[in-house]
Amino acid sequence: MSLAAPNRPAKRRRRLQMPVSVMIGLAVVVLMLAIALLAPWIAPTDPTNVASFDLMSAELPPAFMPDGDPAHWLGTDNQGRDLFSAILYGMRVSIAIGGGAVLVAASIGVVLGLLAGYFGGWVDIVIMRVGDVILSLPTILLALLVSGIARAIFPEAGTAQWAPVILIGAIAIHEWVQYARTVRAATMVEASKDYVRAARVIGLPSLHIMVRHILPNVMSPVMVIATINLAAAVLTEATLSFLGVGMPPTYPSLGTLIRIGNEFVFSGIWWIAVFPAVTLVILVLAVNVVGDWLRDRFNPKLKGR
Amino acid sequence: MIASIGSRLGQAVLVMLAVTAIAFVMFRYVGDPVAMMSREDASPAEKAELRASLGLDRPAIVQYGDFLGRTLKGDLGISFRNQRPVVDLLAERLPATLELVIVATLLSLSVGIPIGVYCALKPDGALTRAIQTISLVGISMPTFVTGIGLILIFAVTLRWLPSFGRGDVVQIGGWSTGFLTRSGWASLILPSITLALYQLTLIMRLVRAEMIDVLSSDYIRFAKARGLPSRYINFRLALRNALMPVVTVTGLQIGSLIAFAIVTETVFQWPGMGLLFIQAVSFADVPVMAAYLLFVGFLFVVINMIVDLTYTLIDPRLRTRRA
Repeated sequence: MSLAAPNRPAKRRRRLQMPVSVMIGLAVVVLMLAIALLAPWIAPTDPTNVASFDLMSAELPPAFMPDGDPAHWLGTDNQGRDLFSAILYGMRVSIAIGGGAVLVAASIGVVLGLLAGYFGGWVDIVIMRVGDVILSLPTILLALLVSGIARAIFPEAGTAQWAPVILIGAIAIHEWVQYARTVRAATMVEASKDYVRAARVIGLPSLHIMVRHILPNVMSPVMVIATINLAAAVLTEATLSFLGVGMPPTYPSLGTLIRIGNEFVFSGIWWIAVFPAVTLVILVLAVNVVGDWLRDRFNPKLKGR
Repeated sequence: MIASIGSRLGQAVLVMLAVTAIAFVMFRYVGDPVAMMSREDASPAEKAELRASLGLDRPAIVQYGDFLGRTLKGDLGISFRNQRPVVDLLAERLPATLELVIVATLLSLSVGIPIGVYCALKPDGALTRAIQTISLVGISMPTFVTGIGLILIFAVTLRWLPSFGRGDVVQIGGWSTGFLTRSGWASLILPSITLALYQLTLIMRLVRAEMIDVLSSDYIRFAKARGLPSRYINFRLALRNALMPVVTVTGLQIGSLIAFAIVTETVFQWPGMGLLFIQAVSFADVPVMAAYLLFVGFLFVVINMIVDLTYTLIDPRLRTRRA
């Protein structure tokens, strides 16, 4: 935001006034980010350390239920893992992978969008056609194909060490197109303006013009898309993990926890699935509220859709 | 008209060729079929023999042609995991997925369109506000969470509905249908609601936005000035035009719906193609994955063509162009 129009501070400030719902959303996002970041210090136990599991206290209900143990206030899972700690760590994993996917997708999208918009011609055609084909496939299908292929080529793809890399790649391969399209359109507008022409006339190299002159002016829509995409990326990661091709149970994300919990729902052990699910929905909802508001601010045309 | 259908068919064939090429590359180069099919202790000579007997030592382009020919004949190889022809596996699972997707689409259209119209006609009503807030929550709710929630409420707590499988199915020819039995319908309720909710919000928001656009256009204002009954204006004139994009989006969404059926089918253990595909992904069963990709690609192409043709039926302007 600070990148554009630095000479209108008063107007900016008025426009940034936000409704209560957005303030709550933003507060929740910040709180959850902080919790995710500080999980190792907040969590009572380390859910990734098998030694901390106690099979004797497996499937304990939450502390507020009749048989609950005050030491595990959201109960324990099937292996005696403290659910509260697992959720804190799971949120950390979910946000890290979601954020990583957004970063990778945005970087690829911005670079390709700049190239397509600046050079036009066949560079533009190739990049945008590939993007069209990718966008015509549903995110989840493409992500499943990528992780399936990764598993076939590379047997270690399912381990805690490699799963995040595969997940980030599988999500980013679909999401970059949106950034590329937006940046390409903005670049084409900027490239025809006088300051860019002037820069070309004095013989600055293309790379310099793209990075130093055009990029700063096309970044604000990228920020908006990134916020909205974060919610989508977290959801896709959760879905993949829920389907069993994401994070392994030894290093669970929220989606993996819900997957584990889903097996116990029928026996009335609802908490293993419900608490991570509620956490996930709150996280995504909060990010969506903030993202929607940002989008309306920056693109009044889309308001109300 | 015939020329445009012809060029569309040409495009469709090109797209399908691209998809088959990807499927072929997966099939041939992802994972080694020889290693998958031979015994652990097979000697290099035995492996080479198997390779030659499978025709894997020929040039790639010849193999691709061969693959295309076999695909057209309906031979999609043998599943690594089940050791059964992939076509049989898909054909077995197809009815379950299609019945689920069709019921879910009808459900989301029949609920989504009226709600969207209501929200457009009463933009400031309290009910509209409530619906919009709920829809934002709905968007943030992943399909599998909705599914688990419904199972917890209606299957585990209230014990009203089954939450597992398809119930009793009746075989008609090669098609197994759950539409003819009570337990089949009961089993369909929760999965189809879960799948429909994903699409419902989208349809509702789209109908609302389009209706608002159309209602503020000149010809609607003119119709109002002429004193036409508002019922006629809202439903005969406005809704009809607002539904154009809904047809496109619903059509295109059927593809995503089939993909999202993967999630719903996993939650409800619905024996459809999605469940087959997800098992193939976790076991790196490449022939099944490639065949599923081919199938979905084919479906997308067919749906796109149907959507284009439906346009001609809904929009009179496109019809007159035929003359």
